[in-house]
Amino acid sequence: MKHIKTVQKSCIDTSVSTGCGECQASCQSACKTSCTVANQKCVNEKK
Amino acid sequence: MVHTFKFEDILLALDVESGAVHMLDELSFNAVNAVNSGMDPNSLPYPNEDIQDVLNEIEELKSGKMFDCPAPLPVNRGGQNVIKAMCLHVAHDCNLRCKYCFASTGDFHGERKMMSLEVGKRALDFLMEHSGKRKHLEVDFFGGEPLMNFEVVKDLVEYGRESEKKYDKQINFTITTNCVGLNDEIIGFINREMHNVVISLDGRKSVHDSMRPTVNNKGSFDIIVPKAQKLIAERGDKEYYARGTFTSKNLDFAKDVEALVDLGFRQVSVEPVILPENSPYAILAEHIPSIRSQYDLLAKMLLSHRKEGKWFNFFHFMIDLENGPCLKKRVTGCGAGNEYVAVTPDGDIYPCHQFVGHESFNMGSVIDNNLREDIRNKFKECNIETKRACSNCWAKYHCSGGCAANAYIFNGDIRKPYELTCELEKKRTECAIGICIKEREENDKV
Repeated sequence: MKHIKTVQKSCIDTSVSTGCGECQASCQSACKTSCTVANQKCVNEKK
Repeated sequence: MVHTFKFEDILLALDVESGAVHMLDELSFNAVNAVNSGMDPNSLPYPNEDIQDVLNEIEELKSGKMFDCPAPLPVNRGGQNVIKAMCLHVAHDCNLRCKYCFASTGDFHGERKMMSLEVGKRALDFLMEHSGKRKHLEVDFFGGEPLMNFEVVKDLVEYGRESEKKYDKQINFTITTNCVGLNDEIIGFINREMHNVVISLDGRKSVHDSMRPTVNNKGSFDIIVPKAQKLIAERGDKEYYARGTFTSKNLDFAKDVEALVDLGFRQVSVEPVILPENSPYAILAEHIPSIRSQYDLLAKMLLSHRKEGKWFNFFHFMIDLENGPCLKKRVTGCGAGNEYVAVTPDGDIYPCHQFVGHESFNMGSVIDNNLREDIRNKFKECNIETKRACSNCWAKYHCSGGCAANAYIFNGDIRKPYELTCELEKKRTECAIGICIKEREENDKV
């Protein structure tokens, strides 16, 4: 493409098998007064 | 929905629903903005042929499900209710008198008291019994100042390790401490047992000492820093954060981040104070432009430091575009009041540490194994699919609707996000994505 360069492909996993809940609770890391989720990792390795 | 923004010298577009990110040239940036605002892109001052090229590229991306994707179907939030994380208030007392403390200098608007070992054990039992099939659990020792009750912390970790075997679970213990009570024994224990340590330290000595005095109204910086430095020096690769708070008195907080980095802390989080508008330290709407500029400065500093080999991390600029959370996590957020609860020294349960002291949110007690499902369901149903303000927000999958406690404290409703923090979160998200893409581009050049 000449004008638009994709630097990150679609990455929000919407498949029904997601949501295992094994990831960290968002407020247990550092913030304690806000909520940020996207800075967390999924604990399952993506295939 | 597509959100466009400029980060340093690059123009970016985030496809909200898919998470795809595109780098744009000036023409395509203006064309996408025109389409977003309902304008005819052909009215832009570019040759029609070029505009047609951009529109064709957009169509190609749409067919590849990377541009203007529709919202996915609502996430299934049914299934078994589990609790996987607990904030354990082992001490409702503190040896500092921080001027901005949301816990009213440690007592949470109640009596100053310590959690007994028996209550703590009961809380861990409660977590085990309510965690269903979840393998990974989290327990944060919190206060007040948890080191004021260190013997109980130590005994509870030992009890937790036994419970792990009994229930086939893994507990990640963390501690949030002001470091005043650290000594060699405690440092050794923390570095052995704690998955993460949150060190409360505000940055520059003058800033820290003015906001975080001791009970005798003396500065605490000189007491804390050598101990905290020793802790991280002996910690190896294990996780920690130097976690500061900025107020209206240090809106130039990028300097505080720099001060923390200069002190040797590589994992840093400095965050806006949460106080009502009538506080002299409160962050107000009029401060937003200045805070946005600080985040820009901070992003620039982070990139240049890393380029020079002086790596550090700023908590709110972290993003994992490739292997980030799944949709369900992004929709449901922190899990307060549902998957995450706080337990007071008396064993009372609250949706999170910030709700402690708000009696209408008392959810029951770990002592008699009672949990109010009506309150729990309110929190379970509080997510970006049910918060009106979030449905059209481009940042919804990054903040997950923000903090329920802030929403309640400022707007009286856990479903009405606190707008000021929304604005700051949006800016931080732009910086986070920008930094990630910039570093990728730099690496590709090498």
